[in-house]
Amino acid sequence: MSGLTLQDVSKQFGSFTAVDNVQLTVPHGTFVCMLGPSGCGKTTLLRMIAGLEEPTSGAIVLDNQDITPIPTHRRNLGMVFQSLALFPHLSVGDNISYPLRIRGASRDEQKKRTDELLNLIHLPGFADRPVAKLSGGQRQRVAIARALAISPKLFLLDEPLSALDAKLREAMQVELRQLQQTLGITTIVVTHDQREAMTMADLVVVMGNGKIRQAASPIEIYRKPADAFVADFIGSTNLLEIEADGSGRAVMLGHSAPGLKLPNGMRKASVSIRPEDVHLIEPGADTITGIVTFVRDLGGTIETFVEVDGKSIVAVATPRERPNVVEGQKVGIVLPPESCVVLKQ
Amino acid sequence: MRREPPKALADYAPLAFPAFMLIVFFVIPFSTMIGVSFFKRNPAGFYTPDFVFDNYARFLSTFFGTVLGFSLMLAVTVAICCVTIAFPFTYLLTRQSRKVQTVWLVCLLSVLSLSEVIIGFAWSTLFSRTAGITNLLVGAGLMSEPKALLPGFGAVLTGMVYQALPYTILVLYPALVRLDPTLLEAARSLGSSPPRAFLNVVVPALRNTIVATLIMVFVFALGSYLLPQILGRPQHWTLSVLITDQAIYQSNMPFAAAMAVFLVLMSLALVGLTLLVGRRESAA
Repeated sequence: MSGLTLQDVSKQFGSFTAVDNVQLTVPHGTFVCMLGPSGCGKTTLLRMIAGLEEPTSGAIVLDNQDITPIPTHRRNLGMVFQSLALFPHLSVGDNISYPLRIRGASRDEQKKRTDELLNLIHLPGFADRPVAKLSGGQRQRVAIARALAISPKLFLLDEPLSALDAKLREAMQVELRQLQQTLGITTIVVTHDQREAMTMADLVVVMGNGKIRQAASPIEIYRKPADAFVADFIGSTNLLEIEADGSGRAVMLGHSAPGLKLPNGMRKASVSIRPEDVHLIEPGADTITGIVTFVRDLGGTIETFVEVDGKSIVAVATPRERPNVVEGQKVGIVLPPESCVVLKQ
Repeated sequence: MRREPPKALADYAPLAFPAFMLIVFFVIPFSTMIGVSFFKRNPAGFYTPDFVFDNYARFLSTFFGTVLGFSLMLAVTVAICCVTIAFPFTYLLTRQSRKVQTVWLVCLLSVLSLSEVIIGFAWSTLFSRTAGITNLLVGAGLMSEPKALLPGFGAVLTGMVYQALPYTILVLYPALVRLDPTLLEAARSLGSSPPRAFLNVVVPALRNTIVATLIMVFVFALGSYLLPQILGRPQHWTLSVLITDQAIYQSNMPFAAAMAVFLVLMSLALVGLTLLVGRRESAA
């Protein structure tokens, strides 16, 4: 199968396991975002794919060829580093044409390809500028162009947008996604920003403690998180406890939850419900009731924090469906069963 | 933070002390020496104030020209050897763990505590026939019989490189520690083998540091006058040796001063040339 396959890849630094038996198949042309808190092994995994780090065990297979023993410089890949690592002694053009020069391309070829890439990244005519004279966003683009110069099979990016300010970062996310779709290149981005992953990825790989916790499309990760860790890491969520009572019915926040079922044989589990799925109603006899502790009006959305049995639940609403509640008020909350995801603890 | 250019006279006050020290301990002695270099030698006494070019004229001979040329060549060779050895060494050192780095740096600093005399005699023992390193080579079966490696140019060069190497490493170390390690990784990911990436990314990125270090070692080696005498033959003696000889043993202060001034001028010219070449290359 064409594409990238990771077969039981592990990496240990002394007694510390950075990457633990990772298995992943990435079809050709897929945009993958590896997401996770810092120290979860995502950067180590990327560096192993690049060949900058050797796996302790396992194999990395690209287009049916085991590339594990091949050194970085013969893997023909493109990589963008967090620090960008542009060569300070070379001009923009010489930076971009560096991989071509190494491979012995003629001057004309180098110039043609450099101009092509400069157009692609919307910086035509920048070839002779020194790298030091560029803005952050421009450097970012030059680093991307340099990595793409040889039209690599695999495009790797290590937290590429972390140095940019929020607005530029969002613009570059869209641009990077569009660029990847134009070129149809298999791309792997490491990030800790879940918005970035949601914007760009075909496949989001959530990692924690060196393991893959879930690998799925962004919307599936958001709607059907595999476990509490993933649910908590992707977007904001309310994690509630659910228990089975004596007759096996599900009980949540002291009320029976008729639409929900616990996994077979389990007495206790977690339920994740997204804030936008929590509705506020008038308190009644049969509703879950709580006290509003804080209202955050962000203009576009309103977040209401309700305390029920010592547990804080967040509800998000748009101004159109303005809940019109004030702090200290008693409200009822509705947790629609179809929006609740039961997770193993 | 923006720095305001100094305006009032008081703004220059912090400069007063360094300026004073510089004048008393550098400008005045050096001017005196320039003055003396034009004096006339008095064979019966010391020298008499005068303004003659005799001392400089005497210098313009094949003999002194050869010595000057050798001194400059030796200093340049030492500088090149030191940087060629120290640069890769320091680079590899900065990739080690903090503990390993500390141990190495402490060892290097301890070499600095050795005086030139001790270094000279230690090497003269090492290079001798009876107790030298060739005995080890004979023991290992690499040589048929031990031989003396001194006096000779190789011995002088080795001694001087040994003496200057710790300085070279200590000057290169801060720049190499600050170098972004991902530069090399980036070069590798773009298709350079590690040695090639080192040569066309790490070395050019630190070109200014390398030039500065070359100049420093060059100046340092130019003043060496003990090691050439201990480890070399008379044809390996540097101008500094002759200057000492003239000043102390021949009591010809004016001629010694003239030679010293000439040496300073030549080294300044060479340093200037290096900087000029460096600038032209960076502009291209």
